Amino acid sequence: MSVVFEKTQLLTDKQFHYCPGCNHGIIHRLVAESIDELVKEGKLEAGNVIGVAPVGCSVFAYDYFNCDMYEAAHGRAPAVATGIKRAKPDTLVFTYQGDGDLASIGTAEVVHAAHRGEKLVTIFVNNAIYGMTGGQMAPTTLVGQKTTTSPYGRDEAWCGAPIKMSEMLSQVPGSYYIERCAVNNNTNIIKCKKAIKKAMQYQLEGKGFCMIEVLSACPTNWGLNPVEALKWLEENMIPYYPLGVYKDKGAEQK
Amino acid sequence: MALTLMKGSEAIAEAAIRAGARFFFGYPITPQTEIPEYMSARMPEIGGCFLQAESEVAAINMVYGAAGTGMRVITSSSSPGVSLKQEGISYIAGAQLPCVILNVMRGGPGLGNIQASQGDYFQATKGGGNGDYHLLTYAPSSIQEVVDTMMFAYEKAEKYRIPVLFLLDGIIAQMMEPVEMPEMVEYKPTKEAKPWAAMGWKPGDDPAKRAVINSMYISTEELTDHTNVLQACYREIEKNEVMFENYRTEDAEIVLTAFGTVSRVARSAVDELREEGYKVGLFRPITVWPFPYDELKKAVNQPQVKAVLDIEVNEGQMLEDVNLAVSGARPVEFLGHCGSLFPTTEEVKARILAMLKEGK
Ligand SMILES: Cc1ncc(C[n+]2csc(CCOP(=O)(O)OP(=O)(O)O)c2C)c(N)n1
Ligand code: SF4
Ligand SMILES: [Mg+2]
Repeated sequence: MSVVFEKTQLLTDKQFHYCPGCNHGIIHRLVAESIDELVKEGKLEAGNVIGVAPVGCSVFAYDYFNCDMYEAAHGRAPAVATGIKRAKPDTLVFTYQGDGDLASIGTAEVVHAAHRGEKLVTIFVNNAIYGMTGGQMAPTTLVGQKTTTSPYGRDEAWCGAPIKMSEMLSQVPGSYYIERCAVNNNTNIIKCKKAIKKAMQYQLEGKGFCMIEVLSACPTNWGLNPVEALKWLEENMIPYYPLGVYKDKGAEQK
Repeated sequence: MALTLMKGSEAIAEAAIRAGARFFFGYPITPQTEIPEYMSARMPEIGGCFLQAESEVAAINMVYGAAGTGMRVITSSSSPGVSLKQEGISYIAGAQLPCVILNVMRGGPGLGNIQASQGDYFQATKGGGNGDYHLLTYAPSSIQEVVDTMMFAYEKAEKYRIPVLFLLDGIIAQMMEPVEMPEMVEYKPTKEAKPWAAMGWKPGDDPAKRAVINSMYISTEELTDHTNVLQACYREIEKNEVMFENYRTEDAEIVLTAFGTVSRVARSAVDELREEGYKVGLFRPITVWPFPYDELKKAVNQPQVKAVLDIEVNEGQMLEDVNLAVSGARPVEFLGHCGSLFPTTEEVKARILAMLKEGK
């Protein structure tokens, strides 16, 4: 009998605390599998990886990723990762951050990590909401979207239009590879994994800052069931946040 | 003994390098900018890393990242920048990461001014960030003393897994003094010495050795256990690491208290008044956390002591610790100014003479 599927070793056996239908779990698995594969392919020495967890629903990511891990202050993961990478330049370093973390309180840190061309992979989980604190408006919350701090729907005149981080960071000269993905169906999941792995490979080749934005469902705080949530993501988020490669210096050079 | 005339900021930076610091993260701010400038030239020479961060917030989080790998890391700033670092300092204290932080104090509050000041004593010793924590805090009064303290600062930081803060001021960073520089220490972290550090771990390795650099303990029980560990460490430090200087206090009728640069003004006043036949002495805390409560009490409780005069370049911050130590046993007076106005020797002498005349 041959083994056709195994759980990746880069995830611990700890049970995820995520809500049913939450996409954080899928994204964790893609990150872990990518690392695992790079090790198996001989591109990365086993154990030579450090992750940085954010403040947000994925705050416990250090319990899930089976490698050396840090828990950073809210928004500061790119600065923490910068310190790690400068101290251990041969180690694969990644941050995992939500949209409140990366696109609000941590904008300075992520913009400047990109600006310096830090050799990091940032996984940016955009669910258009502050999941952990119970569904407040994020900078990524869509116009008209109701949250606990925009109970009448996000008003563009009052608090601006949702911020597009992939577009923005692709304009920073120091960034190397920026792609926006989703994990709403199998095709997109496979694409997302490819993107994550490619970003990691770029880092191992000593290339600059890479960010993979992943549109992610938060059924709990969107007030939808898991199936409806994916539908809402497809009908509302993807049109405003188009999927695709925003920058790939590696491909430009080919 | 080879003495070199050196500027404070450069001597301090070089001392950190000699003590094994190989990572510097900082942001320019007067009056300490010469420290990052020096580091930016020196670190590449010795295979170290100088990185100018986008803010003090980022700089201290870079310290968190690099210190978690076991390396010797330093950051430097001045008051407004150190305020921005408080978030990261609290996380570093919570995650028990050794590192060295310099605060070259300037006038406050807010933007204040760029002259030397001692206005951050409360912030340094009473916890500037959130939560129950302390920093092992040194307040040396000469460039040589900063250099000598730096040479054991990392060992203390690593022994107790605590951030070490140097509470300095613009005068010490800007002045020049002859200094003796110690030999270079080549420091290499090992997993044996720092089992908590992120140095590489793979599935199949001992799970207890996987590094999790973290300050979060979500359950009440776990956080209680964690803070108990921190508090036990602070009690150890209070027991072992208090540093102070008694200067001519053995027969003093007036005991001065002062820390850092202003203690040098106090010392001059003591010497000059002694020449004139007055019995005056100086008690100088070198660690301001832990504060030398018992030692000050002992100096003040000598029968001939009539009163205490606390001298600071602020509106009376260490004064609260002095009062705690003296506990009403003698009158405690205060001489100080904020706004970076240093008391002069003449001013201190006049105040002491007035106190003696009043029969205090
Ligand atoms: C300095 C600071 N401010 C606020 C918070 C509270 N807080 C915790 S998580 C969070 C929002 C996280 O949202 P996001 O990054 O989008 O992650 P998600 O939970 O949606 O995955 C906030 C505001 C905090 N922990 N620290
Ligand atoms: S609140 Fe939202 S983001 Fe957080 S775990 Fe639940 S579904 Fe996921
Ligand atoms: Mg979110």
